[in-house]
Amino acid sequence: METVDRSLGADPYNLIITGVGGQGNVLASRLLGNMLMARGYHVTIGETFGASQRGGSVMSHLRVSGQSDLSPQIPRGQAHLVVSLEPTEALRVLREYGNQDVYVLCNMRPIHAIGVISGEARYPEAEELKQWITDLSRQAWFVNATEVAMAMGNPIFGNILLVGALAATGVLPLDRGHFETTIRRMVPADKVAANLTAFDRGGQLVAQG
Amino acid sequence: MSYLIQGETGERRLFMGNEAIARGALEAGISVAAGYPGTPSSEIIENLAKVSAERHLYVEWSVNEKVALEVAAAASLAGLRALCVMKQNGVNVASDFLLHLSGSGTRGGLVLVPCDDPGALSSVNEGESRHFARMIEIPLLEPGNFQEAKAMIPWAFELSEQLRTLVMVRSVTRLSHASGDVTLGPLPTVSRRAFFKHDGFILDPMEGAMLSGPVELKHTWQQEKVAKAVEAFESCPFNTYTGPAKPEVLIVTSSACNLYSLEAVRLLKAEARVGILKMGTTWPLPPRFMEKHLRRADTILIVEEVLPFLEESVKILSAELAPVIGIKKFFGKRDGTIPATGEMNPDRAVAGLAKALGVSYAAMPDAYAQKALAAATTGAPDRDLTFCPGCPHRASFWTIHNALQIDNRQGFVCGDIGCYSLAMRPTGYETLKTLHSMGSGTGLASGFGMLGRFGFDQPVVAVSGDSTFFHAVLPALANAAHHRADITLIILDNSGTAMTGFQPHPGLSVDAAGHAVQALDIARICEAMGAEVHVSDPFDVAQTQERLLALIGAGQGLKVLILRQACALSPQKKGRKQFQIRIDETLCRGESCGCNRLCTRVFKCPGLAWDAKQGVSRIDEVICAGCGVCASLCPAGAIVKEEAK
Repeated sequence: METVDRSLGADPYNLIITGVGGQGNVLASRLLGNMLMARGYHVTIGETFGASQRGGSVMSHLRVSGQSDLSPQIPRGQAHLVVSLEPTEALRVLREYGNQDVYVLCNMRPIHAIGVISGEARYPEAEELKQWITDLSRQAWFVNATEVAMAMGNPIFGNILLVGALAATGVLPLDRGHFETTIRRMVPADKVAANLTAFDRGGQLVAQG
Repeated sequence: MSYLIQGETGERRLFMGNEAIARGALEAGISVAAGYPGTPSSEIIENLAKVSAERHLYVEWSVNEKVALEVAAAASLAGLRALCVMKQNGVNVASDFLLHLSGSGTRGGLVLVPCDDPGALSSVNEGESRHFARMIEIPLLEPGNFQEAKAMIPWAFELSEQLRTLVMVRSVTRLSHASGDVTLGPLPTVSRRAFFKHDGFILDPMEGAMLSGPVELKHTWQQEKVAKAVEAFESCPFNTYTGPAKPEVLIVTSSACNLYSLEAVRLLKAEARVGILKMGTTWPLPPRFMEKHLRRADTILIVEEVLPFLEESVKILSAELAPVIGIKKFFGKRDGTIPATGEMNPDRAVAGLAKALGVSYAAMPDAYAQKALAAATTGAPDRDLTFCPGCPHRASFWTIHNALQIDNRQGFVCGDIGCYSLAMRPTGYETLKTLHSMGSGTGLASGFGMLGRFGFDQPVVAVSGDSTFFHAVLPALANAAHHRADITLIILDNSGTAMTGFQPHPGLSVDAAGHAVQALDIARICEAMGAEVHVSDPFDVAQTQERLLALIGAGQGLKVLILRQACALSPQKKGRKQFQIRIDETLCRGESCGCNRLCTRVFKCPGLAWDAKQGVSRIDEVICAGCGVCASLCPAGAIVKEEAK
């Protein structure tokens, strides 16, 4: 086990991964949790996955700390970082857990709720969403991870692209080496190379952004 | 090899609470595990099943929770250690056997792990299992963190074998489905031979018959066992106190609420003013241990979820101990400090502690809260749960809903428990009109179906999933058949217990550990009960509607329609599209069509999108699962399906 090698800036450091059921929230939270644990931190993860796969909003709360025994739910207003697989979900999380110092990494691919599909509700324009999220955060990065993932052949790589993008923002001590060690334990051997490519492409999205 | 059994003793791992419980059972040297799937409990049996060959275990998904407990108890009677797992309302199902098992006693260690779901995140109730421990008089333990979720299991097995009684270890969603630090212990080598001794003296608990009578004698024995459990609880390592010697406020808490209480103290920076008494043994409470700690403060705050179970026990003890500990001021559920319903969280704990301390706490500056609320209200449309893209239930309920409309006699559907419970919501066209417990749809339908003599003339339909069919529909169906109730039972056969992650059931030819087993044929079972049985593919909307209308309109008696189509997430289907779907924009006439935007406004599959600018429907190719049902609905023929390559 390595010792803690970079300060998180807060203890506990509170990270929320959010999205819509079926987008791979749980995998992303496990992956990040294991990467941070490999850095020597204690990690606590709370999942809300009753709605997983069924089109509902899903959230994973990650608490990263020098100690264990943290609540698996982050207190209101206490997020340091929000990673959103879907832009309207970022707003929903900021309403409960946001503050003026929070960082946001947001995938811009919309998933329409059935109220939007049926026409009872309106889905906002991308520019409106960016404006709101920017106003409610210290810094926000917007990426089109799903489109890149589709070009790679499978939209499910979107969550790995976001992990790569998150590493490139530098707000957390995440590097490619820890990603590679962790993903090797989590996916079959023949899928490792594609995941590494997705991680690298994610990093480029932030560099370009 | 499963990561549950990888790693060396002393190694620190990130485990989900349910994985920690499963690991604890392995470290306790269990031989048998049985359960019925139910969120948030399912991963315990799943993880044990994965290592059953390597660890020489017998692991099964039983037909229901009562049978699961009976299967686990049989192992105990034969001298083995056995674990039984279920969600909170499963304990209701198992409770009749539970009561009698407490009378007969056990032999090999037997531990029941119910996983409760406060706030009903994945349930249609927020029932509690803790009360069963008090009602049937068995010791109750509750882990207060992830390490304890593992460590408590071997401790509970030791206690069970010392006392020869079942022990309950209760988890909740926020432990079972959360993950945290767990340090691995050694995995023992187990070589117990199973043998049921039954020919000794009838009252010999280890060699005689296992009976709950003579009742008064066995009841007295059980109470003596509980008294011994209390002695063990007095020095139990899972009961801990953290805080100053004489705090202003003493929090008494257990389970996940321990973690929320720690957070509340931290947020209020009240470490010097507040102590936390975390109880791992919550029924019965150990009186000498409690006396020592209740003396510390005059103000007591009890933090727990749902019903005031711990609160009542603390108050009874405090009344009995009043001559030595003095009169206390209590905050908890009874005075409204802690909400009486719903799950706890750090915010609710901090609000309760702030009240007990007489301080104020603002989680978010008003300006930010207002700005964020305004943005989310406009910018984040509500996201109602839906059937997955490609889900057979959407097609099934589309047809059921339409058939009842066409039939036009105020017919209705009695619902049941599974993904298809969502059909009470818009995604299933609000088709379900009753929803209670497993099997209750068919039981209610059986009752409705007998009301013709009182002028009742509405068509009665019940739905059941294939796993629910075996769990609790069978007795209700026998009742309906025997009494010739006029009902139509629709079995939504999607080839697995899909809701909870695709566990096998008796209708499938594979068991929990992946071995080939005999599959029971639902259609033949229904036929043997005397029902008229038809089978249809719900993706063939026209044929299914025709069959259903004929059955609803047919005369008296029990009719069964099996709608067979595998779940969109099943291993054979997931990630594979049968059809490539596209919209022919030259044919889609949008709002001017007269179809009322059937595909998007009415059918509402999330794989479709409405392009308001162009005034046409679109396919979201990331989401569409390629089932092709929408193509058969479009009256303009604008949705085109082609066999996917």
